[in-house]
Amino acid sequence: MTAKLAHLRWRISAWSAARRGIAAFAGLPPTARLGLAIVAFWVAVAACAPWIAPYNPNINHVEGLQDPVPSWTHPLGLDSQGRDILSRIVFGARTVLTVAPIAVLAATLLGASLGLLAGYYRGWVDSVISRICDLTLSLPTIIFYFVVLSALGASALNIVLVIAITKAPMTARIVRGLTLELVPRDYVSAAKMRGESAWFIMACELLPNMRGPLLIEMCLRLGYTIITIGMLGFLGLGLPPPDPDWGSMVNDARKYIYSNPLAILWPSLAIATLVIGVNLFADGLREEITRYQR
Amino acid sequence: MSKLFARYVAALVTSLIAVSFLVFALNELSPGSAALKVLGPYALPEQITALTKELGLDRPFVVRYVEYVVKALRGDFGRSILFNAPVSDVIGAALLNTAILAATAFVVIVPLSILLGVLGGMREGSILDRGVVLFTTISSSIPDYAMGVMLITVFVVKLGVLPGLSPMVAQGQWSIAQQMVLPVAVITLFDCGYVAAMVRASMVDVMERPFIRTAILKGLPNRLVVARHALRNALIAPVTVILLQINYLITGVVVVESMFAYPGFGRMMLEAALAKDIALIEAGSLIAVFIAVSTNFLGDLCYALLDPRIRAQGKP
Repeated sequence: MTAKLAHLRWRISAWSAARRGIAAFAGLPPTARLGLAIVAFWVAVAACAPWIAPYNPNINHVEGLQDPVPSWTHPLGLDSQGRDILSRIVFGARTVLTVAPIAVLAATLLGASLGLLAGYYRGWVDSVISRICDLTLSLPTIIFYFVVLSALGASALNIVLVIAITKAPMTARIVRGLTLELVPRDYVSAAKMRGESAWFIMACELLPNMRGPLLIEMCLRLGYTIITIGMLGFLGLGLPPPDPDWGSMVNDARKYIYSNPLAILWPSLAIATLVIGVNLFADGLREEITRYQR
Repeated sequence: MSKLFARYVAALVTSLIAVSFLVFALNELSPGSAALKVLGPYALPEQITALTKELGLDRPFVVRYVEYVVKALRGDFGRSILFNAPVSDVIGAALLNTAILAATAFVVIVPLSILLGVLGGMREGSILDRGVVLFTTISSSIPDYAMGVMLITVFVVKLGVLPGLSPMVAQGQWSIAQQMVLPVAVITLFDCGYVAAMVRASMVDVMERPFIRTAILKGLPNRLVVARHALRNALIAPVTVILLQINYLITGVVVVESMFAYPGFGRMMLEAALAKDIALIEAGSLIAVFIAVSTNFLGDLCYALLDPRIRAQGKP
């Protein structure tokens, strides 16, 4: 009996969650829906990359190098090493859509932990964390990337690391503010009275109640992180070769801009559309959530 | 006001110490010695040892760091291995070029973004506003490198009306002014969307305040409501953002500088980092931190000067 009830309740909650999702989607402004569609397109491309891409993205078609311009066999042409540009764009979606979200997630985890600690314990913990955040925020970000990545070498892990370090302080500030606002609430006092640990209160009482602002923050960060990762690739400090990465493709295509000028447009358009999609969606989400809160 | 200044000096000193130490330490961790970089891959081990000794790199880390700090305090930042010239000369020339580019871009960005922001924020949700929002979102979403190569494809490769390189020396048919057009255009398109969005948000906020409603209800024409009442108040909040752009324009335009081979500060830092030219990286980072912290302070100062409520708080 209880099992059946639990099952029924689960079905109801799943159904209502789906309905809430659909309602939220319908309630989004049209620009946000457009943004979501663009992002969904690139996610689909990344997921189905092996079936969409006509070639292995890292194979050099040496025989085609004499005439690398677009043709029936290579619709977007070949790059300077004879690799199929279409295949590299398709597989490049995988690279950017893995590294960027991981970097944002790392930055959010680090920032949220620092912000929660600072806002919950206050006192000297707060002042130490806040000072470190101020210091990091005052660093010239791009020059910090150069110095660190040229010293430690550019790898996916190091890129995620530097992005997490430079983006975490902003999240920490926001989370700290939210924590200060939430700690005096009754449910936090109740949890304290029950004798819950500080860790439990932060992770299970405070964090879930700031998911709205955190979600907006992550979406906004994602767009800029995609720009940053592309920039590092463009400047030669990106992911190591040979795996495709849109930023380094733009840089590579500059070498033969006069013979195949369109080759430079494809990776640029790919990055630009993805970031526009993410940012349109993030703006719409922010508008929706703030209106809901008003 | 003096409290603000004391905070600025404290922040500046801690940042400079932290960053100089961090850069020094990172260089220790990095593989490949400076001597090997200078002498190339075919150097004999004896040559490398000799040069390492000559550069003083065989002594302990802390000793070298303290020595560097003492020298730097006297104004001696060492020699750049990459350019084989005193660091102060190399950085001076690069900073001057970047200042020209930054100033030109700043003069274009600020009026343009204020105009866009005010036009959009005047009436929230109007067609004009939607247009401004769409423009600012899209222009700040297209990365500078993507925008740059698109503009190069059209104006350099297809039309041939502008030069694709800006070495700041008049060469061939291109004057220095023509060389500045594309770099400034790329920076403006990427940056002005962000600033305009800030101005718009502030304008929207001000237009909802009671004193604006009073001005409208007393029959003032819309033009005067915006020009006399809203504008002044709407520009207080974005002043900080606008001043922070100085920092971005000096240390953040690396992509544009390296794309157009513009001999500026950002490109110099990139080359120094790739070549592990530690003296140049150290001094460049310190200057970048100085600029960043100072623009922050300048922003706070202007904010305090513009908003009487904050000014009053400063006086106990």
